[in-house]
Amino acid sequence: MPTEVLMPALSPTMEEGTLAKWLVKEGDTVSSGDIIAEIETDKATMEFEAVDEGVIGKILVAEGSEGVKVNTPIAVMLEEGESADDIGEAPAPKAEASAEAAPAAEAKAPAQAKAPEAPRPDQSPDWPEGTEMKTQTVREALRDAMAEEMRIDPTVFVMGEEVAEYQGAYKVTQGLLDEFGSKRVIDTPITEHGFAGIGVGAAFGGLKPIVEFMTFNFAMQAIDHIINSAAKTLYMSGGQMGAPMVFRGPNGAAARVAAQHSQDYGAWYAHIPGLKVVQPYSAADAKGLLKQAIRDPNPVIFLENEILYGKSFDVPVMKDFTIPFGKAKVWREGEDVTIVSWGIGMTYALEAADKLAEEGISAEVIDLRTLRPIDYDTVIASVMKTNRCVTVEEGFPVASIGNHLSAYIMQNAFDYLDAPVINCTGKDVPMPYAANLEKLALTTTAEVIEAVKQVTYR
Amino acid sequence: MATRKSSAAAKSNVSADELKSYYRDMLLIRRFEEKAGQLYGMGLIGGFCHLYIGQEAVVVGLEAAAEEGDKRVTSYRDHGHMLACGMDPDGVMAELTGRIGGYSKGKGGSMHMFSKEKHFYGGHGIVGAQVPLGAGLAFADRYLENGRVTFTYFGDGAANQGQVYETFNMAALWKLPVVFVIENNQYAMGTSQQRSTSSPDIYKRGESFGIPGEMVDGMDVLAVKAAGETAVAHCRSGKGPYILEIKTYRYRGHSMSDPAKYRTREEVQKMREERDAIERVRTMLLDGGHASEDDLKAIDKEIKDIVNKSAEFAKDSPEPPLEELWTDIYADEVPQDGANVTEEA
Repeated sequence: MPTEVLMPALSPTMEEGTLAKWLVKEGDTVSSGDIIAEIETDKATMEFEAVDEGVIGKILVAEGSEGVKVNTPIAVMLEEGESADDIGEAPAPKAEASAEAAPAAEAKAPAQAKAPEAPRPDQSPDWPEGTEMKTQTVREALRDAMAEEMRIDPTVFVMGEEVAEYQGAYKVTQGLLDEFGSKRVIDTPITEHGFAGIGVGAAFGGLKPIVEFMTFNFAMQAIDHIINSAAKTLYMSGGQMGAPMVFRGPNGAAARVAAQHSQDYGAWYAHIPGLKVVQPYSAADAKGLLKQAIRDPNPVIFLENEILYGKSFDVPVMKDFTIPFGKAKVWREGEDVTIVSWGIGMTYALEAADKLAEEGISAEVIDLRTLRPIDYDTVIASVMKTNRCVTVEEGFPVASIGNHLSAYIMQNAFDYLDAPVINCTGKDVPMPYAANLEKLALTTTAEVIEAVKQVTYR
Repeated sequence: MATRKSSAAAKSNVSADELKSYYRDMLLIRRFEEKAGQLYGMGLIGGFCHLYIGQEAVVVGLEAAAEEGDKRVTSYRDHGHMLACGMDPDGVMAELTGRIGGYSKGKGGSMHMFSKEKHFYGGHGIVGAQVPLGAGLAFADRYLENGRVTFTYFGDGAANQGQVYETFNMAALWKLPVVFVIENNQYAMGTSQQRSTSSPDIYKRGESFGIPGEMVDGMDVLAVKAAGETAVAHCRSGKGPYILEIKTYRYRGHSMSDPAKYRTREEVQKMREERDAIERVRTMLLDGGHASEDDLKAIDKEIKDIVNKSAEFAKDSPEPPLEELWTDIYADEVPQDGANVTEEA
């Protein structure tokens, strides 16, 4: 049967084009791959190849024709043994083929915002009442979390710069090499992009890597693998394979290390579907959340803080202690204002709450603990009670987590707000080195107190 | 450390049946790609579509050197690799048309396709990113001590990415069982190798890491297979990575919308007429009396039917249901902003 040669789409955006030149004439024999015409698209002049062998039976669109719509028949090809007389039998043009193929079926946003559901915060205790507690630094808690999970699961391993023989640049992996050996505690060369990629590949291949970045500032060299390779593969593969792994290390400002070593990446990673993002404050949370992260079947970003490493907290003595993601912790109950923070921001939030109490202002302090997923219910329930909210973080102000929370609260608890939400953040400047300027660039307790007074009209 | 150009003497001895199967496998890729180009022209395939026409002998030769369980990972010019490792043409073509019957349920497209069953780990859209990923797969195999080898394919263009050398270093340091396959088709999109590469012999770039390298004629499927066998034996014996620079040529543009003005039509025509890998095997089969014209016609017919069937499947398979927008983001249940939005427009 004669087959039609259709005007081809030759770029992702082409709808019509100019049939600039025919390189064959009626009666010519062509084989697959032969260039039969030149077609001008919106971008360039393209060569158009035959995809079948046969004879050019009839040319339907003359050369020089402009505005020829994609999928218009431009010629008829005959197979062996057919003649031009058979052309009448050619099927009717299927100009609508592409329209059929691509119905505009987009998921649309609901026309009207649904009435927000009543929040159902889960404030069950993280460990049973009466559990024995011990005092531990965040550093020790993180180390114990890794060691415990490595004892349970032989596919868990740690890789990164100075994690093994040096015992960790910040001593978080202290003792792991001795217990687990160099097969599972692996010093890498200084090559973040490369070892992050190898870590993701190892996760595809059935292992559960813990990739330590000496700081998350250096992970910018590796961010393509974190986002394009680790976070997106499960989706791109239709659920066939993903990257169950943890990227961890200190994040945010330490002290006097200036612009390139002092950035908080919480908002960056929380932006990405496919990642989970944890930013713990206390040692108990660091332990319970890191164990949970190692067991999680997805890529988890675990943002630690150098200043918090040496801080001591009570940690439950339990055989198997994990904390689920997306469950905030209420550190302090209050009536007048909700202060939402996480990570090192909690030091300012809690300090501010103490001082505010002295002035008779009762602040409820919530530690989000995870930035993806976020426990919105706990935040909304608290705001419905206090009617005021201040967020506290060290990251930059534009597109901060605080901005996102403000929008969420506005959409879901607008009628409960007695004042605009205020975001306390780091300043909109690269981190300076000078001690006085550095202090000014970070969030301060005084700023949190000031913000609370603003929203409570004191 | 051996870096060498492989010679004809290193070629495998193959049976007539093997030769026929290589002919068949290469022809499947070519006809499949031609059909994909046709469907693209009809608007059934969208976005970027990078065809493998001309390079067929590379993947077919190397798959002949692979064993069950070996892994492969490549860039976005990936249709040939998928067909060569035994993935179903229907599923590949339906992914190209963005349908539910595709390997990624229509959510990955031409550049992002995977098959756990066939140990095909993508299909990656970022030039060079598959190189450490491939080394990571090999890292897992070494860790699990399962004796597997990973073929990590990348182009002469990707060979200039820094992460390739970060990976060479670690792969050599840790003796990872990975074959780095540099498919040198001589153009990084529109930039010829002469204009992008300071030293033309990419196979020598492993020397400073202690990785042996070999240059192979990629238009000769038997030479590719022989080199692949050498490389795989090296990796499997625990000696670490191996580099194969396979000289090949892509007949079509970089992607469907590339007019390919950076080279002459004569250059392409000369390759097709004088060096074509499929024609070479066809001639061997006929001249050696291993197959008759009719035998080959039967193979051609079989391939045509497979490809036509895949195109029909890819047209008939429905688009993914709108709920698919929200699946496969996490491997477990995770609440997401706006995840209830699936109403039809």
